[in-house]
Parts: sequence; C-alpha cells; structure tokens
Amino acid sequence: MGNPMTDQTQTSEMQTQSQAQSDKKPGIIRVEGMHKWYGDFHVLKDLNLTVDQGERIVICGPSGSGKSTFIRCINRLEEHQQGKIIVDGIELTDDVRHIDTVRREVGMVFQHFNLFPHLTVLENCCLSPIWVRKTPRKEAEASAMEYLERVKIPDQANKFPGQLSGGQQQRVAIARALCMKPKIMLFDEPTSALDPEMIKEVLDVMIELAGSGMTMLCVTHEMGFAKTVADRVIFMDGGEIVEEAPPHEFFTNPQEARTQKFLQQILAH
Amino acid sequence: MTESTMKAPKKALRPVKWMRENLFSGWFNTVLTLGVAYMLVTSVGPLLNWFFLDANFVGADASDCTGAGACWLFISQRLNFFIYGFYPDELQWRVDAMFLLLAVSFVPQFIERFPGRKWLGLFGIFGLPVVGYFLIPGGAFGLEEVQSSKWGGLMLTLILAYIGIVASLPIGILLALGRRSEMPIIRGICVVFIEVWRAVPLITVLFMASVMLPLFLPEGVNFEKLARALIGITLWQSAYMAEVIRGGLQAIPRGQYEAADALGLGYWRKMGLVILPQALKMVIPGIVNTFISLFKDTTLVLIIGLFDILGTVQSTVTDPAWQNVAIEGYVFVAFCFWVFCFGISRYSQNLERKLDTGHKT
Ligand SMILES: Nc1ncnc2c1ncn2[C@@H]1O[C@H](COP(=O)(O)OP(=O)(O)OP(=O)(O)O)[C@@H](O)[C@H]1O
Ligand SMILES: [Mg+2]
Repeated sequence: MGNPMTDQTQTSEMQTQSQAQSDKKPGIIRVEGMHKWYGDFHVLKDLNLTVDQGERIVICGPSGSGKSTFIRCINRLEEHQQGKIIVDGIELTDDVRHIDTVRREVGMVFQHFNLFPHLTVLENCCLSPIWVRKTPRKEAEASAMEYLERVKIPDQANKFPGQLSGGQQQRVAIARALCMKPKIMLFDEPTSALDPEMIKEVLDVMIELAGSGMTMLCVTHEMGFAKTVADRVIFMDGGEIVEEAPPHEFFTNPQEARTQKFLQQILAH
Repeated sequence: MTESTMKAPKKALRPVKWMRENLFSGWFNTVLTLGVAYMLVTSVGPLLNWFFLDANFVGADASDCTGAGACWLFISQRLNFFIYGFYPDELQWRVDAMFLLLAVSFVPQFIERFPGRKWLGLFGIFGLPVVGYFLIPGGAFGLEEVQSSKWGGLMLTLILAYIGIVASLPIGILLALGRRSEMPIIRGICVVFIEVWRAVPLITVLFMASVMLPLFLPEGVNFEKLARALIGITLWQSAYMAEVIRGGLQAIPRGQYEAADALGLGYWRKMGLVILPQALKMVIPGIVNTFISLFKDTTLVLIIGLFDILGTVQSTVTDPAWQNVAIEGYVFVAFCFWVFCFGISRYSQNLERKLDTGHKT
C-alpha cells in the first residue's frame, strides 16, 4: 500500500479543472437520518451525509460494515426504510419515475463489472444512451468511442466482454456508465476483483475522472487512491458513519479508536 | 520464427490410425466392432432390398404392387390426400403457395451469407401466419371459402405445430416474467395458469376444447373445432414454455439485473434488451425440445376427429383397395416427422453457435 497512484501531470490537470468548476451545486446528494434493515437486521443506522457537486468521497471500513448497501441505496438498488435520500433535488421514494430519473443521473461501477456478455463493448456503451436518452445511434456510437478512448481501449470496441481481461472489462464498465453523462458516479470496490497488475490501469482511469470534476463516491480499500483524489474520507463500521475527515487528517490524525484500529490493520501489510 | 507468424499445429487425420485407436484398441473393442459390422452387413442387405431393390415405384393401383419389397406406389398414389386432406384439388395452389413461402422464409436460415435472411425469418414468424390466415380458409379477397373440416394431412400438421410454436413462445415469455414478478396478483395468476395447464394431459385439453368448451360458450358463439384445438394446444404449450424460460431467467446472475437497473433502463427494456436475450439463448435446447415434442404431439388431434398426416395415413391403410401397406404408410409418416424435427434441431444448433459470444462475465 501507500504507493503514489498518480504522476505530476495528472495532479496539475486535476487542479486546474476543479478550479474551473466554480458553480458547484451544494448538496447534490443529501442523506438525512437514513436507516435500513434487512428483515430484523439493522444494516444502516442513522446515516447523514451531504455531498456537493464535484466532491470526491471515499468510503472505507471493515467487511460487512454496510458500505455497499449504503451506496446502493443512493441509486435505489436497495430500499431504505427510514429517513431521506435526495439526489439532484429528487427524493427517492417508491415512485418508479423518480427512481428512473435518478438512475439516469447516477452511474454505477460494480466490483464484478456486470457487463452484458451478449453485447459487444460498443453496444454495452450505447445501449442506455440509445434506449433511455433516445440519442441517435450514430451520435451515441461516436460519443461511446470518445469514452472508450478516454479509458484507453478504443481498439476493443467490437469485442465481446468475455474476450477482455478483468482490467479492460472494468474500464469498459466505467465507460458504459459515463456514456449516460451522469452527474454522479458510484464505485463499489471497483478494483477488488482484479489481479494486482490490472489495478493500476483502472485506478488511473478513476484518477483522471476525478480530475475532470465528476462527483464521485467510491467504496475502496485503495488508500493511495484515497490520499490522491479524495476530498473527504468516510469510515463506516457496524452500519454507522464513525468518522469523516479530509484524507490528510484521516490518515495522520484519526479521532476515533475504531478508525485507528482499522487503519493499523489495513496499513500494516 | 517470430511469435506472430507461428500457427497452431494441425491435427493430422489418418484413417488407419484413427481406426486402430478407436475401433480396435483392445480385444473387447475389436469384438464389438466385428459384431456390429456383422449385424450391419446382414441387416442392410434385406433393408435395402425392401426399401429400394424389390420395391414398386410405378403403377396405378394396388395390383401393380407385386414385388416382395415396399409398395411406395401407395404413397405416391395417395400423396395428395396425405398432404392436403380433403382440400379441393383446384384450390390446392393456395396451400402450395404457403409451403413455398415457408421454404423461402426458413431454408435461407441455414445459409450463412444469404442476403436479407433475417428479414425472411421475421416474415416467416410474423407475416406467414397473417398470409395463411387469409389464404388457406379463403372467404375474403374473392377467394373461395374452404371449411376447416376439409383441411388435413401434412398441411394440418404444419398449421397446428406452426401456430402452436409461434404463439406459445411470446405467451410463455410473458407467463415466465409474470411468475417472477414482484406484484403478487400477477404472480398468482401466472402460477395458477401454469400449474393448471401443465398438470393436464394434452389429450384431455383437446377433449375439453372440442366437447366441453362449446357448453360454456354463449348461444350463437361457435368456434370451429380446429380453432378450439389450436387455442387448447397453444395455452397448454405456453405453460411448458414458461417453465423452460423461467429456468433461463433464474440462471442470469443478479449483477445483470442490477447493472441494467443502474443504467436506468426500466423494467421492460431491462428484460427485453438485457435479460431475455441472455436467458433465451441459454435455454435454446429446452425451447427446441419443447417445439419438437409439440410437433409430434399434434398427432393427438386424431382423437377429436381432425385428420393430420398420421390420421390421413391411418385411414388409408385400412382402405380395402390397398392391402398390407401399413408399414409403408408409417415409414412415410415417420420420415415426414423426422425431416421437420431434424430441421428444427439443426437450425437450433446453428443458432446456438452463432449466438455464442464467449464465456460469461
Ligand atoms: N440481501 C441481504 N440480505 C440480508 N443481509 C444482507 C444482504 N446484503 C447484505 N447483507 C448484510 O448486510 C451487511 C452489510 O453488507 P454490505 O455488503 O453492505 O457490506 P460491505 O461493507 O460492502 O462489505 P464488503 O467490504 O465485504 O463488501 C453484512 O452483514 C451483510 O451480511
Ligand atoms: Mg461491499
């Protein structure tokens, strides 16, 4: 752990771009007193979080602490039972139209990629823009190619996901989410199913994306990534947000005992 | 040699080596090989004689069948009846036209590079039934009407199987989706429908359709027997189809549903664009299996007095004008069924190969 995940050019690029983003919408994600249960099991307990537009949040915590469940609530892959989640001004309720509107603005990248194996890389990327955004096919394909170039695999556009390596698949998955031109991107441990030599290629793409001013919520154990790009690090344990701090403070001066213990464990090896 | 120009070594195919390895690889295999070879030699001769060498192919009636072999004359003389049933001779061009359209839509499906074969296939599935609906019964566009009681033979078999297959697939898909729906009422209806129809033998369904259904229908509403049989077969078949497809739906990993949801596709696009294409592809063998059994099960309509190809042959072999031709008749029927079922099976293998996009994520 602890290797610097970025080089000089990317860092400076990131700074100029985030400065250009002057009109940040405050509170693009607002979570207020949110609880969730699986049956009798109280998974998420009184979560409160406000994320401004362009902010980059890293969520970490031990296994089973509810990190996945939490970010999956933000695009309603999971339902919460109490409290409020407001995304881009729309409250998530049972209303299917609201859910679909929110999902259009929120991209998600999964641990296991979840590409559609029966479609080519390009078709994976164009599917939602064409059918949901009603973008003309030509335009959608051109835009998909741009994103594939951005994740550095335009030459694989006509292959099927099954023919790509894990790192390539995950980059396609990122491109596919970006093709919807989302305002927010959610990442659920995007690198933990990858071989070590592929982790960097995915992280590089994510760092580049962070530099472009995208609002990002990442569940990850890549502390190097957290140090490089995060505006805030959130530590969850037992379904609660235990600590929330800018990365420098979080890593050098954690306040809570549980955070300290977690950091010791994760930085030990 | 650089790596890029290196080719995988080819496996040499040498008949003698192959035989030594596969047929004579030990005393037991040698004995088996010789035994099978002996049986082939002794049985092929007589069969060949019966089928071809001693068989009668030309002539006008039963008296021309003299040889010890098969009387194929019987088939060729009554072929018209076996194919069209009682459909009037001068109107049979209408049926021929349908056969032709059927061939034009589906034979190209076996030819990889046939131009526009996708459109022909779509026409075969959606257009053909519409054309047939007007052409075969007539009664519109100045076509003379032919009562469905006059239809029979191969034509009737194909109509029953075709409608059964084409209609049961979409109904089956809807039932399968309904059974996995989160809405309790829809799920309940689908479960009851599937379980009721699946638990009833097709014969019973046909009996009910022909005898009992009219009792429930209001006075004056009178479906033809054929239409009732078709509805019965289709609904019965849909229940089976639904379960086959449900198997495919269940095999799709949850991540696929979630990815589609996260992209905001919504229920119908998620199912239509992401889940069903994968699920259906996965259960092609099961679907085809169901198609093939339906194709053969259509012979059961004999029981409610419809004369499909088996029915027409059956009624002819008992005709006093022709004697001892039962074997020829049944061989002919078996051959007809085999041709169509084998065709369906080959096509499905083609399709599976074409749709294979490598291992799953
Ligand atoms: N569908 C479910 N039904 C019941 N319990 C569940 C379900 N999904 C998750 N849980 C439980 O909820 C808790 C939180 O799960 P979650 O997946 O959010 O943890 P996580 O922090 O993402 O862990 P990891 O780092 O292992 O991914 C776990 O104890 C898990 O067992
Ligand atoms: Mg998780």
